[in-house]
Amino acid sequence: MNEVNQIELKVENLEISLIRKGYEPLKIVDGVSFEIKKGEIIGIVGESGCGKTLTALGIMRLLSDPPLRITGGKILFKGENLLEKSKSRMRKIRGKEISMIFQEPMSALDPTMTVGNQVMEIFKIHLGLGKRHALSRTIELFNLVGIPDAEKRVYSYPHELSGGMAQRVLIAMAIACNPSLIIADEPTTALDATIQAQVLDLLKRLQTDFETSMIFISHDLSVIAHIASRVYVMYSGQIIEEGPTEDIFGAPIHPYTLALMGSVPKLEDVAMGRGRLTMIPGKVSGIGERVKGCKYAPRCEFAFDRCTEFVPPLYKYTENRKSRCFLIASEHNTMTQMKTEETLKEKT
Amino acid sequence: MSEKTDRGVLEIEDLFVFYPVSTGLWKQKTNYLKAVDGVSLYIRSGETLGLVGESGCGKSSLAMASIRLIEPAYGRIFFEGKDLMKMSRRKLRGIRKWLQVVFQNPYDSLNPRMKVSQILGEGMRVHGIVKTKDEERKKVLGLLELVGMESSYLEHYPHELSGGERQRVCIARALSLQPHLIVADEPLSALDVSIQAQIANLLKDLQEKLSVSYLFISHDLKMVKFLSHIIAVMYLGKIVEIAEAEALFLQPMHPYTRALMEAIPQPDPFAPPPWLRFSAHGELPSPLNPPSGCRFRTRCNFAWEKCFNEEPELIEIKPKHKVACHLVTT
Repeated sequence: MNEVNQIELKVENLEISLIRKGYEPLKIVDGVSFEIKKGEIIGIVGESGCGKTLTALGIMRLLSDPPLRITGGKILFKGENLLEKSKSRMRKIRGKEISMIFQEPMSALDPTMTVGNQVMEIFKIHLGLGKRHALSRTIELFNLVGIPDAEKRVYSYPHELSGGMAQRVLIAMAIACNPSLIIADEPTTALDATIQAQVLDLLKRLQTDFETSMIFISHDLSVIAHIASRVYVMYSGQIIEEGPTEDIFGAPIHPYTLALMGSVPKLEDVAMGRGRLTMIPGKVSGIGERVKGCKYAPRCEFAFDRCTEFVPPLYKYTENRKSRCFLIASEHNTMTQMKTEETLKEKT
Repeated sequence: MSEKTDRGVLEIEDLFVFYPVSTGLWKQKTNYLKAVDGVSLYIRSGETLGLVGESGCGKSSLAMASIRLIEPAYGRIFFEGKDLMKMSRRKLRGIRKWLQVVFQNPYDSLNPRMKVSQILGEGMRVHGIVKTKDEERKKVLGLLELVGMESSYLEHYPHELSGGERQRVCIARALSLQPHLIVADEPLSALDVSIQAQIANLLKDLQEKLSVSYLFISHDLKMVKFLSHIIAVMYLGKIVEIAEAEALFLQPMHPYTRALMEAIPQPDPFAPPPWLRFSAHGELPSPLNPPSGCRFRTRCNFAWEKCFNEEPELIEIKPKHKVACHLVTT
């Protein structure tokens, strides 16, 4: 395998279910597959409740079980299946080889510890450094992520920091052990636009400097457009479209992606007056609701009879693009689909 | 109606909001945090004033003080010609029905133990707009229809609703008393992108239908541009630029306004990323100890000597376009 195209993480058919007593298990994340090459940033985009965060927590094996459990699939990190690792082994991987940046920097930090101690803890646990050494590394790290007055800041408590600074501390924690994969779950959502730009800049620089792979999860298409090289759009627990960023933004093929982009206006396009924003009618179906057929069909303006009957597979559109929509089904695809539909009908 | 259009709905003159902050050993010293530091605004009837700025700049304090939900330290507030600052609490309560608020988080601002019908009916009962149960039910149904919800939601509790639906209920509740002004404090930011568009469209439709005025607060410039007639940009308790929406976006003059605009990422991978464009560096300084001279100078790329010493006044550069910056002169 050649160095450049080394695959860092490969998720195959990940299934996460909600297990409740007396109920059938409910699939919340349904057959999600993606892969990340070394030094690549991929973006996962979707509305709240679509399973983005669960997928991330699933990779980290941080789901609270019960009620959530990984019921299928493989998570191959450097060729090894994380689902087969023991708990103590996972604890060593987390923070050292795969780390995570959370959405709410304030709630992700321990309010009773100084931020310096929280970062030093990582060095002590994962690298076995002594106190003095850990402190100097922490200060170095704070300088790297652009925290001014690093020598003083290590003694601050989280409540003394602004949101942007707290997020920088979290980023410092995430990169402390120079992990090969960072999962960033909405890292800039809680921040102001000016600070968001600074944090995005930082993340992008870290990726180029250290060749870290990154999964960037966001509901904001505009952020994804600039940071990710490949985009996965999720809806209701499934990936409904995937492809290179330029292609997806240039010409989205799934109606949901199309509608999602329409609802984020470009600054030049919106104006006061009689105009209206394009919007997606309805709401995301709740996890409890079982939608027959395509999950987006109830909100889709192009839906036809087949959409409400059968679940569309992830069709291949071009070499590196896929879409879960009957509209792009090529003739060959349609043939195989019709066959499976027939067998399905026979079964029922 | 016709005479209302001539007059402003809300006029704020030189408003100050201070919060006492105790510091020092045993909390002896009391400093004052100037959250709003001499702001004047004017909202015309049936129009929207958009207020933008970063978190911590005093947007919400200004909004809440402008309808006396927070007591301002000084300043005058005229609501349709009546001086709110001179009003007793009791009298103010009578006027409150015309001044409604929609808050940021629809999850927190609805009573979880009340059904939608009760939430919408309560205000009308309190203010004596409805007399009988039948009348109340009819009005409540009308309100639901107005915000695009089905009558089946009447018997639902807030936890059964999605975020967008909850925000619709909040808007319906604000509308139930036929307000003249709605203060909407970040009404979209807790919602999903596709739902934001729905609610923004709804707000606009309602304004056309009912000619209600909005004081719309947001940090999302796109939405502010979409909804507002006039936009005020706030920085550390002061208005740094105020202009008609189109003019402001066509020709932003204050460096901070420009930084805000440049910081917005565009949904276009071919556009230059926000961090490569001109932007403000650093973070909002502490409002407890604002910089001398121009407050933005610590983050401004163009700051010069004068900015350190003198505080720029908000001056009218062009008709209806005011800027507070030493670089911009008439």
